[in-house]
Amino acid sequence: MADQESHSFDVVVVGAGGAGLRAAIEASIQGARTAIVCKSLLGKAHTVMAEGGIAAALGNVYPEDNWQVHFRDTMRGGKLLCNWRMAQIHAQEAPERVLELEEWGALFDRTPDGRILQRDFGGHRFARLAHVGDRTGLEMIRMLQHRATQAEIAVFMECTITRLLTDDDNRIAGAFGYWRESGRFVTFEAPAVVLATGGIGKAYKITSNSWEYTGDGHALALWAGADLIDMEFVQFHPTGMVWPPSVRGILVTEGVRGDGGVLKNSLDQRFMFDYIPEMFRAETAETEEEADRWYTDKSVRRTPDLLPRDEVARAINTEIKEGRGTPHGGVYLDIASRRDTEYITRRLPGMYHQFRELADVDITKEPMEVGPTCHYMMGGVRVDAETQGSTVPGLFAAGEVAGGMHGANRLGGNSLSDLLVFGRRAGRYAAEYAAGLTARPTADTSQLGELARHALRPFDGAGTENPYTIQQDLQDCMQALVGIIRIEDELTKALEELAVLRERATRVRVEGHRQYNPGWHLALDLDPLLAVSECITRAAFERTESRGAHTREDYPDTDPELGKVNVVVGQRAGQLSLTREPRPAIPDDLAALLKEG
Amino acid sequence: MAADVTMRVWRGDADGGEFRDYQAAAEEGEVVLDVLHRVQATQAGDLALRWNCKAGRCGSCSAEINGHPRLMCMTRMNQLPPGQPVVVAPLGGFPTIRDLVTDVSFNYEKAMQVPSYAPRPKEPDGTYRMQQADIDRVQEFHRCIECFLCQNVCHVIRDHEENKRVFAGPRMFIRYAELEMHPLDTNDRRELLQSRMGLGMCNITKCCSEVCPEHIRITDNAIIPLKERVVDDRYDPLVWLGRKIRRRKRADRG
Repeated sequence: MADQESHSFDVVVVGAGGAGLRAAIEASIQGARTAIVCKSLLGKAHTVMAEGGIAAALGNVYPEDNWQVHFRDTMRGGKLLCNWRMAQIHAQEAPERVLELEEWGALFDRTPDGRILQRDFGGHRFARLAHVGDRTGLEMIRMLQHRATQAEIAVFMECTITRLLTDDDNRIAGAFGYWRESGRFVTFEAPAVVLATGGIGKAYKITSNSWEYTGDGHALALWAGADLIDMEFVQFHPTGMVWPPSVRGILVTEGVRGDGGVLKNSLDQRFMFDYIPEMFRAETAETEEEADRWYTDKSVRRTPDLLPRDEVARAINTEIKEGRGTPHGGVYLDIASRRDTEYITRRLPGMYHQFRELADVDITKEPMEVGPTCHYMMGGVRVDAETQGSTVPGLFAAGEVAGGMHGANRLGGNSLSDLLVFGRRAGRYAAEYAAGLTARPTADTSQLGELARHALRPFDGAGTENPYTIQQDLQDCMQALVGIIRIEDELTKALEELAVLRERATRVRVEGHRQYNPGWHLALDLDPLLAVSECITRAAFERTESRGAHTREDYPDTDPELGKVNVVVGQRAGQLSLTREPRPAIPDDLAALLKEG
Repeated sequence: MAADVTMRVWRGDADGGEFRDYQAAAEEGEVVLDVLHRVQATQAGDLALRWNCKAGRCGSCSAEINGHPRLMCMTRMNQLPPGQPVVVAPLGGFPTIRDLVTDVSFNYEKAMQVPSYAPRPKEPDGTYRMQQADIDRVQEFHRCIECFLCQNVCHVIRDHEENKRVFAGPRMFIRYAELEMHPLDTNDRRELLQSRMGLGMCNITKCCSEVCPEHIRITDNAIIPLKERVVDDRYDPLVWLGRKIRRRKRADRG
């Protein structure tokens, strides 16, 4: 492989969404020679799809807001399974990161006195989300993109990493991948790699996620010997579009409810009042009158339409199952009857446009039809809360691919802030790690030939399987058997089906040649997709309770003992191993914040 | 509800290619991208195209559909003439890589030449204060999803490859406008715009504004105001004198 293209950097960041860009900017500030490697063009990563806002206790709308309240909301939203230190760092640093984005040119919507406006979202006690209409993610990625461009960080666009390289001591030594445009292989030699690859949504049929979300970072970490945690927790966003079929799963921002929209069933009932769980009873409104007052008067309790996402998704699922759904199998989300046209089109221009263009629905005149859609992966690489370092030296992870921050369920708005806070930390500590090495780890290059041969196998003509068909079958399997509601029989069946799919994937065949060939790219993406699907299913099997986004029909209650552990997935000698490991103990002063009040 | 349609898709690479027909089903409500995905999954696994969000927010899936520059994810099948082939070609303003994928690196190179945002100091209380009314027009420019359809149709570069060297294009003019009109920015990019980014070459035919999927009024709200600012700068007698003197001094030193 001597003639193969090779590059050398101090820090290689895989992924160019919010976390990846922020990590690269920080590593570059620290003086590290930094590269970003991403599967799409720069500026197209999934962050661009984020709508509602960035959660940060700026206290601009409600001065009584502070990091302690944000920390409390995050922990309770995560059903107390969050890594407390990550939740604390996140709540403390999010405001600085938002203000920094403003210093870099972001233009958030304003309060009457000219400061950053904040909006209400599910599970947040106060209006807390800095936003730009309903296109906050676009604003964020563009500002970071400009910043990275100006820092002259090397960007390798449309380049997919398929394996991390390690040395004899299992330290990170680089990464191996291919250019999508030419199909040629490329090696990055680097002592520190930051994974910022996002999530796994393409393992499911109904998802808000793009083609890129094939669990690459999760699998790369697993194969390199790192641990994954909380893989059983997959967030189904309560409100995805349901009609027409071609748009099924596309996200409808929680901002619709934050700005006054309510959920209704086919009997015109605001059903969320029937689904208030014990944990949130004391802080949730019990009458429509109280709920409606809450939008302008925070002395009363929050509307149940803005319970955390896991609660709302389950409630919608039940309404539909029990026959109170809409003709197209969703529920109604109504803002038309509650806010005037000018308000709706100003606050939610993207939603207005999206429904008008794709569904022939005018959201200022009629309700939307919505249903749950696979949206976010809480589980991910087990990292150190301070540094985002994994259990493999030189391997860091930030954003959705990292685990722990959100526990059993993520609150809306906490993702964009997570990307900034932990992207920055990962970049900083990756640069520090690289600078502190006396000698750079060197990869065992004999593995490169085998990696290339493996990648080219779909062309060799022996196979019979279509990669698109395998992906669809995988999505059907995960959607039906490892979805919102899980039960042992179905999880067992899913593991059997996954074994068959893995075998079929070894016989995949693609047509054409190596230049920009999406069938081949998908064939290679099946490796990580199948790996993460198995991790999710095995972890879901292991957690014999219902908590947050993980609901077991056969174990409907929360088990306090299981609340003390994370399910940890590792790969040893080619086999997955699962263990239950105790969560770090939370200090008394922080524990006191979690009490009701 | 499925209807059979003919998708006439350009297949080829930098060395040339041809349109090929694919018969495919189109379900109710589908967009062009849905049908091409079905073609990919069942008939042409190696059909090259770009896409990401499938909701008009990322600007990846730009193509020329029946001759019109559009996003494939926002073009409904039922808006196209029934019974006729749907012709899908790559953007003509950029070099072809393969099938519907083009080389848009020109845009990223021009982006690297934009002088950075340089805000004025914060207020004494550590905040920046801006009124919503003062940022509305800049927020319009921030809506740009970088689909590059405006760059694709701009006739200054579409038919004149040589102009790409000296012309930044409508997408970049929006970028310059958002910086120039940012209430906090202190950099002045007017001279650069006129002398090296080719602002004067735009003769406001508004082709860019017409194709913008975000309905940004590129010509009216960005390019024309930029032209006015440049004129103010260049033909203000005091500024003109100042520039002459500065130049002379520089020349003296050199």
